[in-house]
Amino acid sequence: MEPDKTIAAQTSVPVKSLFQDAVKKMMRHWQLYLVIALPTAFLITFNYIPMLGAQIAFKDYNPVQGIWNSPWVGWKHFEFFFGSPYFWPVIKNTLTISIYSLVVGIPSAIFLAVALNEVKHLRFKKTVQMVTYAPYFISVVVLIGMMQIILSPSTGLYGQLARLFGIDSPPDVMGSPAAFASLYVWSGIWQETGYGAIIYLAALSNVNPELYEAAKMDGATRLHKIVHIDLPAIRPTIIVLFILAVGGLLGVGFEKVYLLQTPLNLSASEIIATYVYKIGLIDANYSFAVAVGLFNSVVGFILILIANFIARKVSESSLF
Amino acid sequence: MQTGAAIKESMADRLFLAVLYTILSLIMIAVAYPLIYIVSSSFSSSDAVIGGKVWIWPVDPTLNGYRAVFIYPEVWSGYVNSFVYTVLGTALSVTLTIMMAYPLSRKTFYGRHFFISLLLFAMIFNGGLIPYYLVVKALGLLNTIWAVVVPGALNIFSIIVAKTFFQTTIPNELYESASIDGCSDIRFLLKIVLPLSKPIIAVLTLWSAVGIWNSYFSALIFLNDKSLYPLQLILREILVMNNVQMTSMNLSPELIQKFEDMRNLLRYSVIVVASVPVLFLYPIAQKYFVQGVMIGSVKE
Repeated sequence: MEPDKTIAAQTSVPVKSLFQDAVKKMMRHWQLYLVIALPTAFLITFNYIPMLGAQIAFKDYNPVQGIWNSPWVGWKHFEFFFGSPYFWPVIKNTLTISIYSLVVGIPSAIFLAVALNEVKHLRFKKTVQMVTYAPYFISVVVLIGMMQIILSPSTGLYGQLARLFGIDSPPDVMGSPAAFASLYVWSGIWQETGYGAIIYLAALSNVNPELYEAAKMDGATRLHKIVHIDLPAIRPTIIVLFILAVGGLLGVGFEKVYLLQTPLNLSASEIIATYVYKIGLIDANYSFAVAVGLFNSVVGFILILIANFIARKVSESSLF
Repeated sequence: MQTGAAIKESMADRLFLAVLYTILSLIMIAVAYPLIYIVSSSFSSSDAVIGGKVWIWPVDPTLNGYRAVFIYPEVWSGYVNSFVYTVLGTALSVTLTIMMAYPLSRKTFYGRHFFISLLLFAMIFNGGLIPYYLVVKALGLLNTIWAVVVPGALNIFSIIVAKTFFQTTIPNELYESASIDGCSDIRFLLKIVLPLSKPIIAVLTLWSAVGIWNSYFSALIFLNDKSLYPLQLILREILVMNNVQMTSMNLSPELIQKFEDMRNLLRYSVIVVASVPVLFLYPIAQKYFVQGVMIGSVKE
């Protein structure tokens, strides 16, 4: 055996046959490429072309010259954003809302799932699930509308209750910056906990019943079983959802915050998404808005990679 | 002996369960009460509602709130628009999802990992709102119904769930034996995979339909023409901006008396009317949504 020849055989011939192999494999399923072509075109048009369009964050975009021909300005818009008086309030508001949601939201869903898992009375379990799950189907516009109705200091339930306790003019919570984060988070708890519990219930349903039996034999109480069997069983699910939540820390959704915003609570309710919408689509200051949006996307991307990396280090479960 | 030991709960456990049942009952009441209050208010007179007399059941039952919905034309145009957007958008979204998920579920599909990476990257990184808006604008979709239907049609999370479903329910042997019989890939998808995939099609349909019906964002940024507004944008004006433009001009004298009553109750009844279509879906939706979440939680 001559070493030179084997190396040559290993490098040149397989490359050629790899290519032929690939073509052969592709030809065998040419119809599948036909099928995937249309959704791929959508993916490129609405996900990847906007990524290319994000280059106007480094340009002074004007519609006449378009995305590709507008003049480059480097980091100007980013520097302007980092130096603007809006920078810290907007970041702080976004993080306050998302961390608050995460800290309350994940434990609530876990609590509900673990509690439901203990219920052996099937009718009761089904009823609780059906009721707690229902608000998930209500639109966010209706949710905010209900909050306005119920929390009205003059005519709402909140006002009526306050008067029962002898408070004649209760404060307007919907207009209060101090109450904003709590309103956002707790209305979310009301709407989404039932839905959020499903995924944990699914994980709990996979627990081997023999584990419970064995624990029972060893004299474990129900609380012991929750701590030593249930919680470890849903640990991978918790970690994956936690990574997703960390990745979304700066990505607080536009829809709900925008509806909850009033001129009175703006100091607490202006977040990155609503800020981008206003400077971009209302004031038509495209390049600056794209810079803010891009900053948001990049930080979100880095956050999700870090969270995933840490999760993989400390446990078996990760997202990818 | 053994069965007796398994059924019998210790004192501590019985106390624990009692606390648990109480807490769950309280949670259930806390979730249900706001809904009951809104529905009951919508059937009560506006004096009773404003005067704080409604707690659980309707007081001075009246249908004035619902009459108001009937004479408020924008609610109806919004309803029709939302219906059209939901049907078209769902049909497109489910079709695209299956067209992408099925090839990716096939292990012998060359380039599978490339496409999956393309999807995952798009899921965790995006170009932001303005470039997205500019693409929709460049395609000439602004202020057309397609702006609401087309840009958001591809849902990456749904694709991943559907792909997992195909991988776990369509055995490879099925394809192999069909292909020996001369069945092409497209024919196999249409004649064999789709009939076996009713549960996932139901999940995707419901996710998409509820999502489109309840969303207002695309319409807010892409539509100017009020006659194209979906129901949620009309609701936003009535409920959130408190902008009720009801004219008493064409009303009979008898109705004018009721006018103020109707104006006040509109905010309650419109909530009920807007949520009814989704509530009809709810029993089916609940079953399939749970299935969908479970499929989604299975890791490859």
